[in-house]
Amino acid sequence: MATSTSNGTTSAQSWKEMSKPEVGDWRVKGGLAQMLKGGVIMDVVTPEQAKVAEDAGAVSVMALERVPSDIRRDGGVARMSDPDLISGIIDAVSIPVMAKARIGHFVEAQILEALGVDYCDESEVLTPADNEYHIDKWQYKMPYVCGARNIGEALRRIGEGAAMIRTKGEAGTGDIVHAVTHARQIQADIRTIQNMPAEELMSAARDFQAPYELVVEVHRTGKLPVVNFAAGGIATPADAALLMQIGVEGVFVGSGIFKSSDPAKMADAIVRATTHYNDPDMLAEISRGLGDAMPGIEANKVPQTEQLQTRGW
Amino acid sequence: MLRKIGIEAIEVRKVQQLSKIDGLIIPGGESTTIVKLLTRFEFIDHLRERVTSGMALWGTCAGMIVIARELADPYPIPLNLIDISVARNYFGRQVDSFEAELNIEGINGDPMRAVFIRAPIVRTIGKGVTRIASTDDGQAVAVKKGRVLATSFHPELTSDTRLHALFLKLAKEAQKDPRLNRSSERNIGSI
Repeated sequence: MATSTSNGTTSAQSWKEMSKPEVGDWRVKGGLAQMLKGGVIMDVVTPEQAKVAEDAGAVSVMALERVPSDIRRDGGVARMSDPDLISGIIDAVSIPVMAKARIGHFVEAQILEALGVDYCDESEVLTPADNEYHIDKWQYKMPYVCGARNIGEALRRIGEGAAMIRTKGEAGTGDIVHAVTHARQIQADIRTIQNMPAEELMSAARDFQAPYELVVEVHRTGKLPVVNFAAGGIATPADAALLMQIGVEGVFVGSGIFKSSDPAKMADAIVRATTHYNDPDMLAEISRGLGDAMPGIEANKVPQTEQLQTRGW
Repeated sequence: MLRKIGIEAIEVRKVQQLSKIDGLIIPGGESTTIVKLLTRFEFIDHLRERVTSGMALWGTCAGMIVIARELADPYPIPLNLIDISVARNYFGRQVDSFEAELNIEGINGDPMRAVFIRAPIVRTIGKGVTRIASTDDGQAVAVKKGRVLATSFHPELTSDTRLHALFLKLAKEAQKDPRLNRSSERNIGSI
């Protein structure tokens, strides 16, 4: 991590110093995400599922009451999970445990932090609690991951204190198309910013609706200042490898594991595929005989009003 | 980071690559995951053989857990590449993670800024293992034996390269070790 540059432009460390004093805190938060790189984070709804995920080699689990495909099916208001469920999962595994809070619901976040959750996902999969504002994530020792569809959204979340970004995709569909779109969009935006002359960056910040300091940072480094994972619709080992080849640093698998016909096998296969994403021979072996992937919904046919990805501001 | 101090570094994903390196770093991550993948991709025997033949090895955080002799937990089963017993997540969960200044034996100058993330500590130390750093309350957080190094914290998250330089010295020694049968090109691997 750079601390300063010879020409005195803003660097990773200095914008963090400007925005928040606890630099160490920031490095410790982002550091955990660094440790998850190359790994798979799996949605689980019971301690037993959490064990299956850990045994398969997941680097972390997301503790939930319902996986996204069930939330989508059931409708209604989706909220933070029961603390008993989250604690049960925390006790069952030694890998870090993540949990979701509603967008803007800072009290759900306070509760998750009190429970000892290792990472909070301020997630569009739950029903938003605020139509305009996200959580001020700097106020927590617990680090945050947030969804994004483009660079503006990613940098706004990082500006609010998120220490990890994931694509939104379209959760609960088992259709990879929107995760691919979002991963590519973020990369395209990064290339655009990187190739701009410095005098265009302020207008770019205005157009992307992103904090200027972070646009400068992306211009300088050619990447997001935090770890970037893929999420939303990953259902097979090939899906995971596709996103890894496109350039994300790890994957979240929601409904894709425990809605498949053989979850333990699918979990194991997706972990292997994420490690060997660049090796077609391996991927062919890994993809054999896995049974049925989760039943999917074509994400492009989901009406706009029912899309989860449009939640978040 | 390694490239910054002029080292040829490769990412080790296949077991055959272990023959091409003088030193291996097992970095932070999730120890359960790392042990599972090392087992699944049949690394363990070959890795043990290379370390026994003198290859330099450095485990940080999860890497320290992986190479320990014994853990307080029933799993994962560590590889026993250095005679230490280790307590995982000693300081607590992520919200308890922190940074501290550390004095490390063999590192000159200012103390090192050390990042501890869900970090382990060394509980007991076997014969021939030296403790090279401790926390303020006396917990061992860096140890060394021969060419094997283990640290609780993450030098890969700060820009200080002094520990990397120390490891490079160990790898250079390893390169000259006839048991390793190494050619002239120099490599450090990281899994």
